[in-house]
Amino acid sequence: MEKINIESTPKTPSINFDFEKGFLEIKGRSIPENSIEFYKPIVESLEKYGSTPSSVTTVNIQLEYFNTSSSKCILDVFKKLESIHKNGNQLVINWYYEQDDEDMLEAGEDYQAIINVPFKMIQIAE
Amino acid sequence: MMLDIYDFYDKMERNHILLSFKGDITSELLTSILQIMESKLENLQEEPKVKKKVYNVLVECLQNLYHHMDEVDMTASDKTRSAIFMIGKLDSRYTIITGNYIRAENVKGLDARLQEINTMTQEQLKEYYKKVLANGEMSAKGGGGLGMIDIARKTGEKLNYTFMPIDDKYSFFSLNIKIS
Repeated sequence: MEKINIESTPKTPSINFDFEKGFLEIKGRSIPENSIEFYKPIVESLEKYGSTPSSVTTVNIQLEYFNTSSSKCILDVFKKLESIHKNGNQLVINWYYEQDDEDMLEAGEDYQAIINVPFKMIQIAE
Repeated sequence: MMLDIYDFYDKMERNHILLSFKGDITSELLTSILQIMESKLENLQEEPKVKKKVYNVLVECLQNLYHHMDEVDMTASDKTRSAIFMIGKLDSRYTIITGNYIRAENVKGLDARLQEINTMTQEQLKEYYKKVLANGEMSAKGGGGLGMIDIARKTGEKLNYTFMPIDDKYSFFSLNIKIS
């Protein structure tokens, strides 16, 4: 499988998905009007990756802003990760939030409550 | 009829309006508006926390207007497709006011939904958000009904809105959001 490297835009985050290393990173802002279109290729790649995943998968989510339209798509990404984890593969989701950004920490906790995967909340300096 | 532009200016000045727009809400427009507002927030030297909250709520309010354009039927006139919004700041309080036409038959449903949100405590809103996120249906463009819950949650205030009947087909929906 080819690596996925998508550059960020004012409304969409950068995506870095290295299948061989088992590394996925979503970073920046996610506020597109049409988030399904943006996240579709990532959800599809995760589906493929899920059939032969790396023994350890690391996922870094470092979002500055995301809209409610993206929140469902991010959940779809997490559901794919959940099934990889369920199949006995080691997987961790690192949820980064800026110091004082309680809304972003709470958003991570919302996902943590829905998805059965280990989450690690990581505070970063502003 | 001569449009009294000074009257507009004066009203906007007195209501501390930072930015206002009336017309078609497109994706490109929202990109520009958000960039303008971001630099305004930067210039006003807001705390990162306030900046983020205002920006987040603004995104939801404006994207509500954008998604709403799809709901008004395509044969509708330009008049009923366009919308208005104003962003103001008085002391440390930001106001976002939006207005758009809504089909008369949709008023009841939206009113019921917003009333339900307004009865909830912060804790209930959090649970409701998670429930809709986990189980809710998603519209083709990814709306999904989370926007208003998110606005209520982030502002910590009741949604302040009105419906004004225009004719038998349309009402005008306005939403007045305060962030402090």
